[in-house]
Amino acid sequence: MQKALKKYFVLFALPGLICFCLAFLIPMAFGIILSFCKFSNLTNARFVGLSNYAKMFVDGNFGHAFGFTVLFTLVSTLTINVMAFTLAMLLTRGLKGTNVFRTIFFMPNLIGGIVLGWIWQVILNGILMKSGVTLVSNAKYGFWGLVFLVNWQNVGYMMVIYIAGIQNIPSDLIEAAQIDGAGKWIMLTNVIIPSIMSSITICTFLTLTNGFKLFDQNLALTAGDPGKTSEMLALNIFNTFYGRNGFEGVGQAKAVVFTMIVAAIALTQLRITRGKEMES
Amino acid sequence: MSKAKNRMADTVLFVVLVLLALVFLAPILIVLMNSFKSKLFISNQPFTFPSGETFTGTENYSTGIMKIKFFQAFGYSLFITVFSVLGITLVTSMLAWYITRVKGKFTSMVYYLLVFSMIVPFQMVMFTMSKLANMLHMDNPVGIIVMYIGFGCGMSSFMFCGFIKSIPIALEEAAMIDGAGPVRTFFQVVFPMLKPTAVTVSILNTMWVWNDYLLPYLTIGNDYKTIPVAIQYLRGGYGSVDMGAMMAMLVLAMVPIIIFYFSAQRFIIKGVVTGAVKG
Repeated sequence: MQKALKKYFVLFALPGLICFCLAFLIPMAFGIILSFCKFSNLTNARFVGLSNYAKMFVDGNFGHAFGFTVLFTLVSTLTINVMAFTLAMLLTRGLKGTNVFRTIFFMPNLIGGIVLGWIWQVILNGILMKSGVTLVSNAKYGFWGLVFLVNWQNVGYMMVIYIAGIQNIPSDLIEAAQIDGAGKWIMLTNVIIPSIMSSITICTFLTLTNGFKLFDQNLALTAGDPGKTSEMLALNIFNTFYGRNGFEGVGQAKAVVFTMIVAAIALTQLRITRGKEMES
Repeated sequence: MSKAKNRMADTVLFVVLVLLALVFLAPILIVLMNSFKSKLFISNQPFTFPSGETFTGTENYSTGIMKIKFFQAFGYSLFITVFSVLGITLVTSMLAWYITRVKGKFTSMVYYLLVFSMIVPFQMVMFTMSKLANMLHMDNPVGIIVMYIGFGCGMSSFMFCGFIKSIPIALEEAAMIDGAGPVRTFFQVVFPMLKPTAVTVSILNTMWVWNDYLLPYLTIGNDYKTIPVAIQYLRGGYGSVDMGAMMAMLVLAMVPIIIFYFSAQRFIIKGVVTGAVKG
């Protein structure tokens, strides 16, 4: 069969490979090369060595965006997962209306980042108005605004993953613990949480990477205001590319660093999940 | 006694959940409510119902639709989403079958490159990809489909490969021995078995392409605005945003998503969970 299929390379594999090269491989290769060049389009690149990488931190915005992103990612990962897990526990008790609740909690996840950003801009500005400030008065409002936004967007999503995990716990395990007289707290910490470690890993890393890569919501909610202080990494890279002439190379260098961080997070996850699969 | 206590607890829990559900729905309802208010009253009293003075009927909708050419944007979004998703599903399922069944250095290298592409954030390639699209005259609604297929290739192929590995090769070999060529074998034997994965892949890609902002903004944003690009465009360069039109357009942007959600809710939730677990 291999032989027969091999003759059909052009039909089966080539279309996908051409698209993959055009949209990913070639841009990726050029992207790495261009991070060592000065350029404004693909044809006028001039090699400048590591100077783009050296310039990354000069204006201080990138460092600030990095700190903001890390803090935001940690806070939102924690809040989303705690909320999602709590809701999942509440919705696996066989209450009536469980499906309706699940449907409602999940719904915000389908709405795109730009639309989400504008929805929350109106609401949060309406609330903040009572204290005489707006979302862009101070970066801390933008920060917590984004935390609220991504919680609303992602809690339902993570909740359904936790629900699937909880429903997969064998019922005899629960019964055995009950017979042994395990209280609610012991049940939670010694039976339920250890049994859903794979769901926890998945959700933690999804929220980590999504938080780190957040762009649309950041753009629509505050656009980095006031004065780039609520700018996250992805938006900082975008603004470096398209906001300042002559800084395309610096933007590309930042993108390379950004990619390496995201890849490191993803590889850590892969290693953890692989390890878990070996154990079981 | 303990039964009565349990029932009490359940009732309290139910009430809490109802309240939470209202909190979850509130943002959408607030936007809907404000879309009928005059733009002057949205920023300073967003939580009041439209009344005689603030109610403007459908004026925000007509202004917004004109300002951002909403129906045109809807058309572009629909066209790009439908054909990208069909393209991704077909192209990547064929590619995945090929690289799983033809063993060799080349195909395993392709597999690892595809997996690698899944973890690369868009910012890494956004500049070079959009310039390349521009140079190759692919900066139009047809060309962007190729870009979506290419950038979506990684995750979708990965999911198809995972499934194909789990189905017995004997079925395909039997079809081939019976005289079916690879094309017939794929479409009559393999693809029908891939259906659950194809549904998952289509749903995940629909959500991605429909809501995507940066790729269409950078490649075709000047001439062809999809819905997210058109909405962000309302912000304009500097200065004030017409919040009335904005509210109305947010409502119109959410309507198709909500219809899509309620018509295929089960598949969507299941698809997203499988996608998360496998990806």
